[in-house]
Amino acid sequence: MNQKLEERIDEWRSYLHKHRAIQTVDVEELEDHLRTQVKALSEVGLDDDEAFLVAVKRLGDLDALSREFAREYSERLWKQLVTSDRSDGAKGDKTRDVVVAVGLAFAAGVAIKIPELFGLHISGEDDEQMYFYIRNFSLFVLPFLAIYFAWKRGLSTVNRLWLAVPFIAAVVIMNILPFRGEGHTLKLAAIHIPIALWLAIGFAYISGLWRDHGQRMNFVRFSGEWFIYYALIALGGGVLMGFIFFTFESIGIDAEGFVESWVLPCGIMGAFIIGAWLVEAKQSIVENMAPVLTKLFTPLFTVLLLVFLGTMIWTGSSIKIEREVLIGFDLLLVLVLALLLFSISVRDPHAPPGFFDAMQFLLVVSALAVDVLALQAISGRIYEYGFSPNKFAALGENLILLANLSWTAVLYARFLMKRSTFAPVEHWQTAYIPVYGVWAWVVVVLFPIIFKFQ
Amino acid sequence: MDIGKDLVAASATPLVLAIIGEGESYGYAINKRVGELSSGEIQWTDGMLYPLLHRLERNGYVEAIWGKSETGRRRKYYHLTDRGREELARQRHQWQVVDSALRDIWGMTFNAVLQST
Repeated sequence: MNQKLEERIDEWRSYLHKHRAIQTVDVEELEDHLRTQVKALSEVGLDDDEAFLVAVKRLGDLDALSREFAREYSERLWKQLVTSDRSDGAKGDKTRDVVVAVGLAFAAGVAIKIPELFGLHISGEDDEQMYFYIRNFSLFVLPFLAIYFAWKRGLSTVNRLWLAVPFIAAVVIMNILPFRGEGHTLKLAAIHIPIALWLAIGFAYISGLWRDHGQRMNFVRFSGEWFIYYALIALGGGVLMGFIFFTFESIGIDAEGFVESWVLPCGIMGAFIIGAWLVEAKQSIVENMAPVLTKLFTPLFTVLLLVFLGTMIWTGSSIKIEREVLIGFDLLLVLVLALLLFSISVRDPHAPPGFFDAMQFLLVVSALAVDVLALQAISGRIYEYGFSPNKFAALGENLILLANLSWTAVLYARFLMKRSTFAPVEHWQTAYIPVYGVWAWVVVVLFPIIFKFQ
Repeated sequence: MDIGKDLVAASATPLVLAIIGEGESYGYAINKRVGELSSGEIQWTDGMLYPLLHRLERNGYVEAIWGKSETGRRRKYYHLTDRGREELARQRHQWQVVDSALRDIWGMTFNAVLQST
């Protein structure tokens, strides 16, 4: 091969590298194709230049090829995919995006203060006023997030109407049902309504393509990145508030009232939207945070669970069932599931089973063991004292997670034994997502009725 | 004759699976074989084969290993897995059903045309 041809192949290769959906190994494979083709064409009499041109032409339009690769590997560039064609748009698009996001964040911040005009104070002495906020907390912010994505994705009118349904239902349920302020069902509903509405936001995020499993996974990725951004903003917000206190105190002014009633509530609300906008806009900056954190914490949590199980067996003690303990174990399982979901969402589906997969499997199995122990304790308690809304909710959540983790363990074991690919594990997780939504609505709608607003 | 885009896309999977089923192969050779088998009638842009191969790999129908080409460069070779063989059999059956249905109806039309003249 002559020098000139090599140069042209180099150029071609670096052009290909610019497409983020095509990775180095794919480029290598395509280059092998190109070289073989050039060689074959040279053998039938074309000179290097002609052969190169024909070979490149026959390989096809690189942008179209890149799109095909992108469809196959959405994890490589999930955000570009979702915002495809628009992301390479003009600067005007970006500016409009900023304006809309900041506007909605501002609106969410203002919304939480509107009830005060009607005499409802968050930190008021009156319990009734506080219950109003417990009931409606998520309804002050999540609709704005839904509007943001409905706008960003250009949702069709029909899908917009569908999107509005859960939000209207939530407003009606939370405000018309005769919840009792001190009742457990109110607290349970207040915890579960954000979960139900978050999935509705997912519907907007993936442009209504909720049947598409790849798109569902994109929403999982979004949720993880959003959570990280939110935590970072919260951290910064904490520092900011600290300095507000400090600077004003130095001149003898107490800023506590201002911070408590303005900075804190408006900041908490606004950060929801800003976090989502950041995930959308700053595509590749934090992209690798969720996987790094999962890689870091998966082994640590595995060790925690194993040591815990070991200690329990060694000392022969059993789990004490109190409300906090129930919630604690549920949270632990949710966390294991989140670690699992994130590592799945960023995993290269072609990679063979490795050390980290074995670790992941161990995490799932030990979480299962802990889950079974917790379930045993809960059911013993229910058998003895009967059902209460909290126990029933904990039981349901445990069972849902148990079902998910058990089947995950089976699929993972098959994958580790090389009897199957990784795809079923991924597919199972995305197929399971609606279950969480259904359960959240059950807790919100049916629990108050079943337990008579206890 | 130009074969429609949808038909080419639909037939690509069984065709590629069947070719890999003949024995381990790589991208360029698979494209060449498609050309031979269809006497050049089935055409797709060469590059499009690769995303397809990667999809088959993800579904566990084929496995890829990096080997060496005759010039010593790295080359990715694909071979069929057991699941791939099952999938090939399934696809083959489906195509045979379609094929025989089409043959039947065209046979009948052809006879009808003969009788009416």
